[in-house]
Amino acid sequence: MKAIQKIGLGGFLLALLLFNALLFMGQFRLTEAQLQEAVKQEHVEVLRQELQPMLGKTYTSSFSFATDFNRLLDNYNEEQQRSQQWDRVIWDDYAFALARVASQGFVENNKLLLLFLTVIMGAAGALLYILPQHRGEPAGIRNNGVMFSSNKSRGMVGITIGVYLTAIYVLLYWYPEYIVNWALLVDPLSYTLAGGPASQWFLYGTIYTLAILVMGVRMFRKYKGNNYQLLRTASVMFFQLSFAFLIPEILVVLNLPWYDLKNIWPLDYDFFFEYSVASMLGSGSAGLFLFIWGILLIIVAVPLFTYFYGKRWYCSWVCGCGGLAETAGDPYRHLSDKSLKAWKVERWMVYPILVIITVITLLTIANYFTEFALLKQSTDMLHQWYGFLIGAAFAGVVGVGFYPLMGNRVWCRFGCPLAAYIGIVQRFKSRFRITTNGGQCISCGNCSTYCEMGIDVRWYAQRGQNIVRASCVGCGICASVCPRGVLKLENGPEQGRITDIPFLTGNESIKVLN
Amino acid sequence: MREPHATGDFCIRTPGRRIVIIGNGISGITCARHIRKRDSEAYITIISGETEHFFSRTALMYIFMGHMTYAHTKPYEDWFWEKNRLHLVHDWVTRINFDQKELQLQQQEPLHYDILILALGSKPNKFGWPGQELQGVQGLYSYQDLQMMNDTTTNCQRAVIVGGGLIGVEMAEMLLSRNIPVTFLVREEGFWRSILPKEESELVMRHLREHHVDLRLNTELKAIRDNGSGRVQAVVTTAGEEIACGFVGLAVGVQPNIKLVRDTALEVNKGILVDQHFATNIPNVFAIGDCAEYRVPVPQRQSIEQVWYTGRMHGETLAHSLTHQPVKYTPGPWFNSAKFFDIEYQTYGMVPNRWEEPVDSFYWEHAEGRIAFRAVFNGEDNRLHGVNGLGMRLRHEFFDQALRENWTVEQVLVKLGQANFDPEFYDRHHREMLQAYNQQFGTNLELEKKEKKGLLSYFWR
Ligand SMILES: Cc1cc2nc3c(=O)[nH]c(=O)nc-3n(C[C@H](O)[C@H](O)[C@H](O)COP(=O)(O)OP(=O)(O)OC[C@H]3O[C@@H](n4cnc5c(N)ncnc54)[C@H](O)[C@@H]3O)c2cc1C
Ligand code: SF4
Ligand code: SF4
Repeated sequence: MKAIQKIGLGGFLLALLLFNALLFMGQFRLTEAQLQEAVKQEHVEVLRQELQPMLGKTYTSSFSFATDFNRLLDNYNEEQQRSQQWDRVIWDDYAFALARVASQGFVENNKLLLLFLTVIMGAAGALLYILPQHRGEPAGIRNNGVMFSSNKSRGMVGITIGVYLTAIYVLLYWYPEYIVNWALLVDPLSYTLAGGPASQWFLYGTIYTLAILVMGVRMFRKYKGNNYQLLRTASVMFFQLSFAFLIPEILVVLNLPWYDLKNIWPLDYDFFFEYSVASMLGSGSAGLFLFIWGILLIIVAVPLFTYFYGKRWYCSWVCGCGGLAETAGDPYRHLSDKSLKAWKVERWMVYPILVIITVITLLTIANYFTEFALLKQSTDMLHQWYGFLIGAAFAGVVGVGFYPLMGNRVWCRFGCPLAAYIGIVQRFKSRFRITTNGGQCISCGNCSTYCEMGIDVRWYAQRGQNIVRASCVGCGICASVCPRGVLKLENGPEQGRITDIPFLTGNESIKVLN
Repeated sequence: MREPHATGDFCIRTPGRRIVIIGNGISGITCARHIRKRDSEAYITIISGETEHFFSRTALMYIFMGHMTYAHTKPYEDWFWEKNRLHLVHDWVTRINFDQKELQLQQQEPLHYDILILALGSKPNKFGWPGQELQGVQGLYSYQDLQMMNDTTTNCQRAVIVGGGLIGVEMAEMLLSRNIPVTFLVREEGFWRSILPKEESELVMRHLREHHVDLRLNTELKAIRDNGSGRVQAVVTTAGEEIACGFVGLAVGVQPNIKLVRDTALEVNKGILVDQHFATNIPNVFAIGDCAEYRVPVPQRQSIEQVWYTGRMHGETLAHSLTHQPVKYTPGPWFNSAKFFDIEYQTYGMVPNRWEEPVDSFYWEHAEGRIAFRAVFNGEDNRLHGVNGLGMRLRHEFFDQALRENWTVEQVLVKLGQANFDPEFYDRHHREMLQAYNQQFGTNLELEKKEKKGLLSYFWR
């Protein structure tokens, strides 16, 4: 390791340490005025009474603040429930909002400085570490030592990172009040971009985008000389930064709904839920455009692009989940399970999830058109359960938290209903395939090992058979790591796409008669 | 040579015959799989002392470099064998009794066979150098060799590789991946000059030097010095130079591993002698893969073929003969491939290292010196003999067809677009190559246009 890399790594680790320490810093003091400002009118009176013990009291961390708040509110709610006064129960989640307004002191007063010392320094440190990698080496992919690495091979480092990421996702989805200080950090950015304070989702978007950008640079270093990988990585970096991060904020500034223009139902599972449709249709002709755009993506773009270019056009060139998997997740790609059993499990999970979200969506639409006569409000419950189990627990917590344990495409492979949909198109109606180069395979296994989707590429290659699989996201890594030039991602005529030759090219002893 | 056997006496064909294969490498395993496809009743047993399961020998280097673990190199999952009723025996065969049709095993009970297939593989050459048995001196062939190499190279300050061929360059890459400096002794005037023409050899050598391999050409090993406790301390070259080192990799080729059958009724030369059907002199005993030697070689081929691809074809062919009509081994045009650090090499047909009239050659090299293409052809009728590609991927199907159908070099060159197998978005050099050819041979060829059929073309029309 060069000195500059050591400095970079040191800087990154310090920034990370400070970032985590931040959660335990700052003060929280809730005043009546702030309470009024942060909660709905009808709740102000109740909360002022219930939260009396907290008002004006100074807490030294968001943890003690949030614990007190949750306790007081729970007491109140339980009491109402016991006396069956359902309409008085407060369902709204005020913890995060109140912690935000109540925060003061060190973190609140030094947002910009702390933003610099944590997020920016962390990214800069990572870049310092990454940029000199492979300098002066001839172009070529070197997976040296991957299997000996504690980080990359489920050693202590890997497990620790997995647990850490999982914990962050749990906080983010279900306990955002504890990470209020992190959201405060990105306030300056949020004010500049969208003119308002940062939510935990803005924080998440910022870190997510940065992770893709910084680790995208790592991809540039690692795969230098490999144009397919370079272009593909540049593409996911671009789509994340613009479509997923900047444009939605701009839409909000323009009084339109926050909308990621490349997110497609059923990955964007709530696209047809009443509240999304209402917010789009309630935003004038631009909102209507967004709605039609979303529908066109589903019924025109997916089949058309997938027919011509395969699933990859979306999954490894455009998608945000794919974007993170292909950059930040790249060091873990070999951890996917290649067994036949895993493939079975995959099919028993991903297609049922597609069916479930399709049914939920259809019910929602039917319910909407019958003016809620059909199911009343019970679709809400379906939405909540799906959002909790699939949208948050699976896509987020397991999807990213488990990178170092199960590989970088756990969600894309086992859970993503959009991937299931595109995959069906790819399998049955597409020009895309991975061509196997005759008899050149030496069964070494590099392709299968580094396939993030857990496809046993070698199984096909060593039989001289083209690879046509619903799950293949066309990342091209199998072709890149193959030492014998056996694999080529290609779009070509459908005829001859699926091959099954009994004997490999090069052996003419046996004439196959049929 | 005896002529093809009548179907009846080629081998025992009774249902439920016991077929025993010694050797679970690519040839033995391919043969077993293909027999099973056609004969659901046979009892098939595969014996190997090296590893319980079939693994890819060609991937040994990647285990050492940490790209893969041993488990990754197994082409089939462990349940595969039982499911296909391929009975595995992990043991060494110590003796074969051809009269009793019985095998002695080192640990387990003797085994009987009706049909015996010998797929014993190779072992590394050693040419009787003084000190070749010292600790830290070894070849690389088996999984055990790899484990030994792993153990003896810890704390190694410098390694010396002897022998400028494919396994030598793999060993160099392996060692350098662990930051062990490598001195590479090559007997010829260039790397792999017994196979590669001069330009290709030089291109590869430039690349090796780019990777800081200390290449010593025209240099032979004379002796290996002891450090006093049975370990290697240095090598001495025939020029008298002494090179201190902690590891010596002997990569001077392999020879058939036939100790088991030497001095038995089985006829052997360097390898086990077989006819065109892989039949040995003893009925119902066959030999395939690295250990087989043809009594009459296939035209233009060596009498012993020691590559993965031929082992596979032997297995396919013999399995066919054992389950159908016997067929002669008839390989199509030769092909092979390798990788020298980052530079891939593919070859189709016959490209000799040297040639003379009427054979002619066209060679193109990219300005940066990492990509090259050579076509060797008959200077009189332009018929293609073979091609070499370095740093570029070439389509097997295309060249297989071109060579079988006797295309001319010019027919091939104008279709380079189809012949190319490089990944999408890679720079194409076809025009430049064709220009070079036109210049050299005073022709006026143009590339054939391939019809593009992307999404955009639908709007253009
Ligand atoms: C490091 C390395 C890299 C290579 N790379 C390439 C390449 O890139 N491309 C290529 O075409 N070729 C390559 N080769 C050559 C290729 O691997 C061999 O040609 C091929 O593996 C031979 O297969 P086989 O089935 O004939 O024998 P083997 O794979 O050698 O199998 C023979 C098996 O029989 C076992 N056996 C032998 N005797 C006994 C006994 N008495 N009892 C029990 N078991 C026994 C052995 O232990 C061994 O497991 C490489 C070889 C090496 C060593
Ligand atoms: S098969 Fe190849 S291209 Fe497809 S997902 Fe796996 S590694 Fe990527
Ligand atoms: S990486 Fe290439 S040579 Fe190795 S198993 Fe896969 S296709 Fe075959």
